[in-house]
Amino acid sequence: MNIVALFKLVPDLVEELEIDGNGTALNMDFLRLIINEFDDHAIEQAILLKERGGAQVSILGPDIEGVEDVLYTAASKGADRLIKLTGDFQGKANNHAMARAVTSALKELQPDLILTGVQANTDLDGSLGPLLAEYLDMPYVGYVSGVKVADGKVITRKEYPGGLVAEMEIKLPAVLGIQAAEQPPRYIAVAKVRQAMKTATIEVRTLAESDLSGGSTIRRMFKPEAGTRAEMIEGSAEEVTTRLLDIFKEIGVL
Amino acid sequence: MNQDIYVVIEHLRGQAADISYIMLGGARALAQKTGGEVVAVLLGHNVQSLVNNMSADKVLVVDHPALAEFTSDAYQKTLAGLIAEKEPRAVLFASSSIGADLSGVLSARLNLPLISSCQRFSADGRPISQICGGKIMVESDLPEVTTLLTMIPGGYKPEEGQSGKTPEIIKMDAPALDDLRVTLKQYIEAEAGDVDISKEPILVSVGRGIQTQDNLELAEELAKALGGVVSASRPVVDQGWMPTSRLVGKSGKTVKPKVYLTLGISGAPEHAEAIMGSEMIIAINTDPAAPIFDIARYGAVIDMFDLFEVLIAKVKETQGIR
Repeated sequence: MNIVALFKLVPDLVEELEIDGNGTALNMDFLRLIINEFDDHAIEQAILLKERGGAQVSILGPDIEGVEDVLYTAASKGADRLIKLTGDFQGKANNHAMARAVTSALKELQPDLILTGVQANTDLDGSLGPLLAEYLDMPYVGYVSGVKVADGKVITRKEYPGGLVAEMEIKLPAVLGIQAAEQPPRYIAVAKVRQAMKTATIEVRTLAESDLSGGSTIRRMFKPEAGTRAEMIEGSAEEVTTRLLDIFKEIGVL
Repeated sequence: MNQDIYVVIEHLRGQAADISYIMLGGARALAQKTGGEVVAVLLGHNVQSLVNNMSADKVLVVDHPALAEFTSDAYQKTLAGLIAEKEPRAVLFASSSIGADLSGVLSARLNLPLISSCQRFSADGRPISQICGGKIMVESDLPEVTTLLTMIPGGYKPEEGQSGKTPEIIKMDAPALDDLRVTLKQYIEAEAGDVDISKEPILVSVGRGIQTQDNLELAEELAKALGGVVSASRPVVDQGWMPTSRLVGKSGKTVKPKVYLTLGISGAPEHAEAIMGSEMIIAINTDPAAPIFDIARYGAVIDMFDLFEVLIAKVKETQGIR
């Protein structure tokens, strides 16, 4: 069984985000990129499936700053093949372009199952998974938080609002959009990642030129207007507490 | 292409989701710009009664046993044919477990553009999306071809998509729905849990900022002193620190307590949409740019761990708890 997990690097939302001079893109100069957290869950789910039933796990990511860290970390978790995709991922790159460009690299791997995060915080033209599925002529199911492989198919737990889960049966090969792995992504000590750097190899695939059609044309990017912003309580913990207690009393909580 | 705005009605187990009405409200705003009609699209089996209070000029109903419950393959096939035949100006889907499975695949299959996470339309009819966990807004051009959009709550109210009169119903034939690659095996009900957070009047809700499972004790202590219970956002539940029954958000519960006190929750759209009905939101977060402050009534930029001790002590003192 060949399992492929595909990841993207996205802005760390803990950092302050700046919009560039043209007002149509994020200023990438000082932006810290981290693995999209749902993709991290997709990698974990791939490793869990390998541990449970045996599989060859390949991890693919775009060649931008931070890619090697993610790949070597995946190797320490048990991934078999690490692949870096070179191409145009800066500037206007969108998921339609990425999905089209990565199709041939994926076909070469002859995957039975492709796992990718259900969404990423920069998605503006849908998420990657459903686009990939269609370009590869595979079925797609997203919002998945559990996967069992059985005999040419997978049984997935698909999440709906209110905690309801639909058990869906999907014929392989298939693409799944992972919401959460069955257990949180495991922690890997830096020393283990360093070890992987010495032993694992990263393969490179060059992607076809990007075709952006299907994505949106951004007219302007801006921060949300602070029209209805909260009344901010300033001061020390004591001062904040005093005000909170007043509020609790006003509304009859205390 | 005509100028109509189509809305793919989202429903689950016999009930239309709130987002369906929100989308109809958005579709009306856009249709006023394009000069077209608002057309609801309803796929299912014996679901026609769902349209009774929908504010639409027309409803296209595709009734087929294979569409009784949502499965991506059958719904995609049906909608692909319908959109290609009708060529509306835009098709709105929910940004949800159902809408996201449909919109991306249809965009690729029909070679039509897709704009996701749209919250509202500008005065000129341009989609405005929310990305980066609610920290960035993006205004896009509406391409001059049939455009697919996924919608998030926040721009329109469900009431804007409701109406007292039943719209005109047009029945459409389903395509051949055999050889499907995706089938529904069964539904698994939500775990009941020890408390039903959707009915609790006081919620102390913790997010990623809680950092460790042990720290949850502090939130529990505060909640108990206030006479409330602890709920959580996704990262806390994904870590296994709290059961799914305590999850507030898109895949979890929608809550409407008297007071919703958040600690270390950034307020990403997936969380925000589930707490909008709260009577009062009070947000504690170290990040002054956290979107939670845009929906909270009161906020404080302070480390929750600096606040816990003194807040718990004062609440206990007021309540006469030792």
